[in-house]
Amino acid sequence: MNEASAPARRPPDLAVLYRTLFLAFVAAFVAVPLLATVLGGFKSLGELRTNPFGLPSVWEWQNYAGILASRRYWQLLGNSFAISTLTTILALVVASMAAFVFAHIRFFGSRMLLNYFTMGLLFPAATAILPLFIKVRDLGLLDTYFGVVLPQVAFALAMSILLFRRFFKDLPVELVEAALVDGCSYPKFFRFVTLPLSRPILATVGTITFVHSWNAYLVPLIMLNSDAMYPWPLGIMVYQGEYTADWHLILAFITLTILPTFILFVFAQKHIVAGLTAGAVKG
Amino acid sequence: MLASTTARQRGAGRMTAVILFLPPALLLFTLFVVMPVVEAAWYGGYNWNGFGSPKNWVGFDNYRMVFETRAFGLALRNNLLVIVVSLAIQLPLALALALILAEKFRGAVALRMLFFLPYVLAEVATGLIFSFVYDGDYGLLASIYRFFGAEAPHLLASTQTSMLAILIVVVWKYFGFHMMLFIAALQGQDRNLIEASRIDGASRWQTIRFVSIPLLYPTIRLSIFFAVVGSLQLFDLVMPLTRGGPADSSQTMVSFLYSHGVTRMRVGYGSAIGVILFVICATFAITYKRWFMRDE
Repeated sequence: MNEASAPARRPPDLAVLYRTLFLAFVAAFVAVPLLATVLGGFKSLGELRTNPFGLPSVWEWQNYAGILASRRYWQLLGNSFAISTLTTILALVVASMAAFVFAHIRFFGSRMLLNYFTMGLLFPAATAILPLFIKVRDLGLLDTYFGVVLPQVAFALAMSILLFRRFFKDLPVELVEAALVDGCSYPKFFRFVTLPLSRPILATVGTITFVHSWNAYLVPLIMLNSDAMYPWPLGIMVYQGEYTADWHLILAFITLTILPTFILFVFAQKHIVAGLTAGAVKG
Repeated sequence: MLASTTARQRGAGRMTAVILFLPPALLLFTLFVVMPVVEAAWYGGYNWNGFGSPKNWVGFDNYRMVFETRAFGLALRNNLLVIVVSLAIQLPLALALALILAEKFRGAVALRMLFFLPYVLAEVATGLIFSFVYDGDYGLLASIYRFFGAEAPHLLASTQTSMLAILIVVVWKYFGFHMMLFIAALQGQDRNLIEASRIDGASRWQTIRFVSIPLLYPTIRLSIFFAVVGSLQLFDLVMPLTRGGPADSSQTMVSFLYSHGVTRMRVGYGSAIGVILFVICATFAITYKRWFMRDE
């Protein structure tokens, strides 16, 4: 922009025009379905048919109000929140402890054990879903929060351990040496030095785990079978099954269930972007 | 002296830390990730409905049956289509947008966030939103058709178009993720290199083509890896849109596993499908890492 060389003035303008058109097209491609969903929840079924794109002529607040007043909506969110929170806390604790060992302590077989976990990155969760179901059933955890939480924690471990380990290794070596010379034991060092310094990576790993768990569909689908236990992705499918053609209600329900994700995204976008791309950026 | 003190004290806390800190992760990982994969290989040789213990050994019959099922062939084809679209349409789109949005101008950050938003939304919600978009009576697409006086198609209800409809949603949902990877990499690039090439008289396009993009190669290779592995596991998005139908036309390997293995509790048969998927993923991952990502 600040290259003020006068002769090359015209072509860039055309480039800017094309660029703007391209961006506008993609923005519309992304935004229109989302906006139509939110607005659709404010319309009557009849209006949705004749005017799916525009603003509603009459704002039907009761679509949203009815769902917000229902026990069902809050129960779904409550289940999702419980499952995701438990998954996140457990994954953070278990993965950070293991990563601490891998970062600071060399012992016989440590390299091999780390590779054992890394291998987990190659396993798609779906391949072993039936044996996983049998295992959870035999443990008596079917239709419980932990039947979903424990497998989710296990699947989150590989990536989390790698991210934690890289961060722990980057902490200044002098710190470790000094603490150990002063007679601080490894467990104490972990608790009082490593963890307080690890807020950024805890936030990153926590965000990835939480978002994945909040959105998860397959594992809850297999492990839970009563409506009362369903997290929202399962509940919304049931809702859609019940109200098949009442699109105005379904759209309102979709909007309200993605609202928490949206709010979290707006307020924590830095963490979310950093977290969800973290595994990739430094590979 | 100092060295030996350190070593002794390290010796003390060391084993405690290993014994306290490692087992929880090891136990969970072995129990819920590794053992099920091993067991899938075992169950795959049996005809078993999941009750009692597997006794009816059938050798490779399950695998033979999987490959003889028409739906599995369709699923393989569809997964391949998802890979092709991801590589041929999604990644170039993501790259183009990243090259534009990595620069600073008003609205760039807002657009980045808008394009990343679909990736954060749950697959299930995305699928339902698009089953509205495609709905032949109430959907957005239908009203565009009606506006031009044409009859609205039911994209998801036709064996000809169901997969096409899903592919569009795949692009919508995931291009923002790859775009963000590229933007992060572009912003980490050495500005000096780019300025040097501009000073040497390279045009904007030449700078992008011969400086920025080559510097992005490691990220592009990684992106391809994620796109392929993700494509092979596509499931959550398919369920709310078509459940693999109509007539299995939009089945993917995982939705096939679900509808033919899980819902009918055919543990042996379903495990065999899982093993096939696992072998495909692992073969791809190992080969790809060996050939293209040696230094990462």
